[in-house]
Amino acid sequence: MNLAIEVNELTKKFGDFVAVDHISFSVKKGEIFGFLGANGAGKTTAMKMLIGISIPTSGNATVAGFDLNRYPDKIKQNIGYMSQKFSLYEDLNIIENIRFYGGIYGLSRKEIAEKSEKLLEKLDLQSVSKSLVSSLPLGWKQKLSFSIAMIHEPSIIFLDEPTGGVDPITRRQFWDLIYEASENGTTVFVTTHYMDEAEYCERVSIMVDGKIAALNTPKQLKQDFKAASMDEVFYQLARGAKRSDH
Amino acid sequence: MKQFIIFVKKEFYHILRDPKTLIIIIGLPIIQILTFGFALTNEVKNSKIAILNPTIDETTTKIVDRLEASRFFEIEKSINSPNDLDAAFKSGKIRMAVVFQNNFQSNLLHNKKADIQLITDASDPNIATMVSNYATAIINDAQTELNPNYQMPYQINIATRLFYNPQQIGAYSFVPGIMAMVLLLISTMMTSLAIVREKELGSMELLLASPMKPLVLILSKVVPYLIISLFNWLMIVILSVWLMEVPINGSFLLLFLVSLVFIVASLALGLFISSITDSQQVAMMISLMGMLLPTLILSGFMFPIENMPLPLQVVSNIVPSKWYYSIVKDIMIKGLGINAIWKETLVLVGMTLFFIAVSLKKFKIRIS
Repeated sequence: MNLAIEVNELTKKFGDFVAVDHISFSVKKGEIFGFLGANGAGKTTAMKMLIGISIPTSGNATVAGFDLNRYPDKIKQNIGYMSQKFSLYEDLNIIENIRFYGGIYGLSRKEIAEKSEKLLEKLDLQSVSKSLVSSLPLGWKQKLSFSIAMIHEPSIIFLDEPTGGVDPITRRQFWDLIYEASENGTTVFVTTHYMDEAEYCERVSIMVDGKIAALNTPKQLKQDFKAASMDEVFYQLARGAKRSDH
Repeated sequence: MKQFIIFVKKEFYHILRDPKTLIIIIGLPIIQILTFGFALTNEVKNSKIAILNPTIDETTTKIVDRLEASRFFEIEKSINSPNDLDAAFKSGKIRMAVVFQNNFQSNLLHNKKADIQLITDASDPNIATMVSNYATAIINDAQTELNPNYQMPYQINIATRLFYNPQQIGAYSFVPGIMAMVLLLISTMMTSLAIVREKELGSMELLLASPMKPLVLILSKVVPYLIISLFNWLMIVILSVWLMEVPINGSFLLLFLVSLVFIVASLALGLFISSITDSQQVAMMISLMGMLLPTLILSGFMFPIENMPLPLQVVSNIVPSKWYYSIVKDIMIKGLGINAIWKETLVLVGMTLFFIAVSLKKFKIRIS
């Protein structure tokens, strides 16, 4: 099996409202997969189903080799998740945050100690390891948060708008971390609003009104839509959307 | 289990690093006990009085001594003439004047009758009544002592006995009330806030996406507050027993167990509140308006439930603290055992189960 995620007719309804409408796609192992869509297009709901915190109405998916409907717990053990909304507990220091997440992913004390040392060294945070997270700049928090989401060495990492609100340089540095993870064999599933980031992805899917409207490499998408940039591709697709924000 | 321990540890970091939370948790019980104990008491202690005693003799001296010896009165001054009474009251220093008749003792011996007049400052009628009641009681006592064998030919003797709290000490009723209030506040409000905060932050999603089981998640969120509530409970008990001299007439173990039941009921209530809202503000409003006010008003702690209109009496039954308040009074003050309180305890257990069931159901809907 060379697929990290395989989605088959996955659907989520809230009453009469079909948030995710029979979507099917697959993500290769080690791939950086961009999951795009306007607000309200259903990408967050789709992602929540894939990480096992929302139960699909119908359809199925295989994530990290496990059936979503049957073994959601196995999936949780093998994936990492990071969201822009929450990164870290601000009133805990860096080391305590690392220990906490290592702990809830079932890592042993020794493993956590080794991992945190490596992690702090890599991010050059040893000197501030005892400082509260609230005192760190946003860019650092996000890098730290990404590394913590990777602490249990998941085979897939889900990133929900990971770079919201940071400057372009920090975003670029963040993407270096993503590339590195991908090179080490981790599959990266990322949602973003920044179209320049969409260009960094190997393949991109764009959701409109609960369906996947397009899925290909950024280069191919630009050709297909005769567009100069991903921005333009996105605009052409999203313009036809019936659902908008809220 | 390891997940659980590490989670509880994290929860304590949150609590210990937030000064506001710490103040509420540690300060609230102490402040409540002290304010209710020393400021908001409905006892009137150390009232300053004036004595007008034209003929000092053995009997009047005895009565004055008795008044002075009680903890209710303090003799501010002696007055020589009725004309000075007015000035004494106007000075605002005294609450009551005790006026003896001329030749008090000889009147008592020869005419079998002597008069004492109690003049009170009734600008606060409740205090005036209380003060004169205390004085009457003390003087009656003195009379009985002076003349133990004397019986009037025809006389209806009213013997009043105040069971369980003969000295009418206010602490006996407010300590159980404060226990109910503080435990409810800490358990319900703090728990619901702590859970809703994770929702507001967005960390709840992260936690749900982790391999941690939802039940372990909830338990590890609730257990720290259980520990803190027990600590608070112990603190209130210690303060009440040592500082307020409230007895524990019944079984301490029983008191502890029912308090545990009440704490769990409050935690379940907090869980329920956190399951119906996503905002800390709303959770706080529900806890304060929905819990604190009914506890103050409808638990019988401040106002007797019997005096309320029927609809309010009915509503008071759904206030958990009403049941707990009555249990604590039964155990601590009346010294009753399980026979007297099992019904109330069952009500609390029932409420706990109800809230847990509803929250779990809500929680499941949320995930699906």
